[in-house]
Amino acid sequence: MLTINNIEVVYDGVILVLKGVSLEVRDGSITTLLGANGAGKTTTLKAISGVLRAERGEVTKGSIELDGKRIDRFAAYDIVSHGVVQVFEGRRVFVNLTVEENLVAGGHVVPNLPKVRAGIERVYSYFPRLKERRQQQAGYLSGGEQQMLAIGRALMSDPKLILLDEPSLGLAPMLVEEIFGIVRQFVTKEKLTVLLVEQNAAMALDLADHGYVMENGRIVLEGAAATLRENSDIKEFYLGLNEGGVRKSYRDSKRYRRRKRWLS
Amino acid sequence: MFDWFEWEFTLSLLTNGVLIGLMYALIALGFVLVYKATDAINFAQGEFVMLAAFFGAVMLLSAGAPFWVAVLVTLAGMIAFGFGLERVVLRPLIGRPIVSVIMATIGLAAVLRGVAPLVFGAETRSIVMPVEDAPIIWGPLFISPIQLIGAGVAVMFLAAFTWFFLKSRMGIAMRAVADNQQVAMAMGINVERYFALAWAMAGVVSALGGIVWGSLLGVDVHLALIGLKVFPVVILGGLDSIVGAIVGGLIIGIVENIAAGYLDPVVGGGTKDFAPYVLMIIALMVRPYGIFGKRQIERV
Ligand SMILES: Nc1ncnc2c1ncn2[C@@H]1O[C@H](COP(=O)(O)OP(=O)(O)OP(=O)(O)O)[C@@H](O)[C@H]1O
Ligand SMILES: [Mg+2]
Repeated sequence: MLTINNIEVVYDGVILVLKGVSLEVRDGSITTLLGANGAGKTTTLKAISGVLRAERGEVTKGSIELDGKRIDRFAAYDIVSHGVVQVFEGRRVFVNLTVEENLVAGGHVVPNLPKVRAGIERVYSYFPRLKERRQQQAGYLSGGEQQMLAIGRALMSDPKLILLDEPSLGLAPMLVEEIFGIVRQFVTKEKLTVLLVEQNAAMALDLADHGYVMENGRIVLEGAAATLRENSDIKEFYLGLNEGGVRKSYRDSKRYRRRKRWLS
Repeated sequence: MFDWFEWEFTLSLLTNGVLIGLMYALIALGFVLVYKATDAINFAQGEFVMLAAFFGAVMLLSAGAPFWVAVLVTLAGMIAFGFGLERVVLRPLIGRPIVSVIMATIGLAAVLRGVAPLVFGAETRSIVMPVEDAPIIWGPLFISPIQLIGAGVAVMFLAAFTWFFLKSRMGIAMRAVADNQQVAMAMGINVERYFALAWAMAGVVSALGGIVWGSLLGVDVHLALIGLKVFPVVILGGLDSIVGAIVGGLIIGIVENIAAGYLDPVVGGGTKDFAPYVLMIIALMVRPYGIFGKRQIERV
């Protein structure tokens, strides 16, 4: 469905952040992109969704293809019309709009009103809590409700591919579980495809079919999620387990050594 | 101590204040539309009104067009002006700090004030509405027909835009743009097109404001000063609130009329010109986001 070929992304004309990233997202799959802070995960998603321009960022090399069609020169609104939508890190709901108005705004590319209405009902069926709060200003929702709204709002554009940026950020484990369950339903019931960026590697690898690990603007590791779960580097660095499978403190893992090995 | 004459006098000051206040609200609406969508403070709102009044007056006097034709041409001219301005001056500034847009509007205001008399001539023209000049007498009240029409137009447009922002998909999209440009973009909203639309809507409002204020005050470069009244109105009501523009307009209209009626005889005149600003400064101290303005939501 989505193929990224060796892209470079530059901010402000000089800051090179992605240094040749390639990845592939297969139709109907969940693919996860893991990596430490500042690795370039969010930048990768923004390159796909076309919103880099709003921060003076640019894809300077390589190409991004959706079902064989190049989309890296498209305006953001065009990319949404082609069925790709991004859910931002940190939720970023429209705080001054009500829950329902957020959903209406999310359905902007949907041409007719009955379809928008049906879209709203579909979101409410996944997130009944949003229905209870439909007239409430989104800025006053709890963090978890805002995350549901951000995902629901993205669903409103009737996408083929959803780009999810750290949906677990700052949420209680139970809520993360619930949201991940719904993401899984998107794939099984709605035939959506998901590209999931996560810091929470354990949960992401449980959910995903395939994974990539990013370091410093490059992909350093790739494989089936099951394989990655067994990878000793991932185990130690991301899952905080040592060779025996015993949980280890994050501080103990020697990050510099791991990174060096991935890059070589 | 109840004095019948005083009571009638107060009532007529109030009525006048309400009508004038609604006409202020119409101008303030143009300002609010731009601020809501683009976060930019348009310091040229008064000049927009002046330009529209010049269009109207030229159509009526020099081209000899019927009144309704003049109104339509003014509307079309101001919509084109709004779109053109966004395209040529403001779009290149997208992504720059908001202060550059503000500076651009200040520059634009000066240019319009300077160029308008060169193009249209310096003399004061009049816009004559196709209505009776004589005041409507209603009980103890003398009501100017022009003010009544102005207030009526204001109410119509304030209601129409309120509906637009609350109920229409385009209005909601425009509020989404104002809320967060990058996210709006990621939801498939063509942000630039909505910016242009906001400026064009300010053009529409200014066209009508120009016709009614032009027929009330006469058309020359001084008409642009009406823009200064917008600031106390929107500071009181809230920069981004249509209801705020109405309430702010009413308060300013009433306060300046009451001040003129009761204080001018005591201090010898001029209170009308500064009373609104006294109110504005007080408002800034006690409620800086205005009566209806949105407070920044702190929670994340
Ligand atoms: N608008 C910008 N201008 C300049 N540099 C930027 C910009 N956005 C991100 N960067 C830089 O690009 C690098 C990658 O950032 P990015 O947000 O993609 O990382 P990330 O992998 O999503 O990290 P995190 O897990 O912390 O969200 C960082 O070094 C960051 O400082
Ligand atoms: Mg990130």
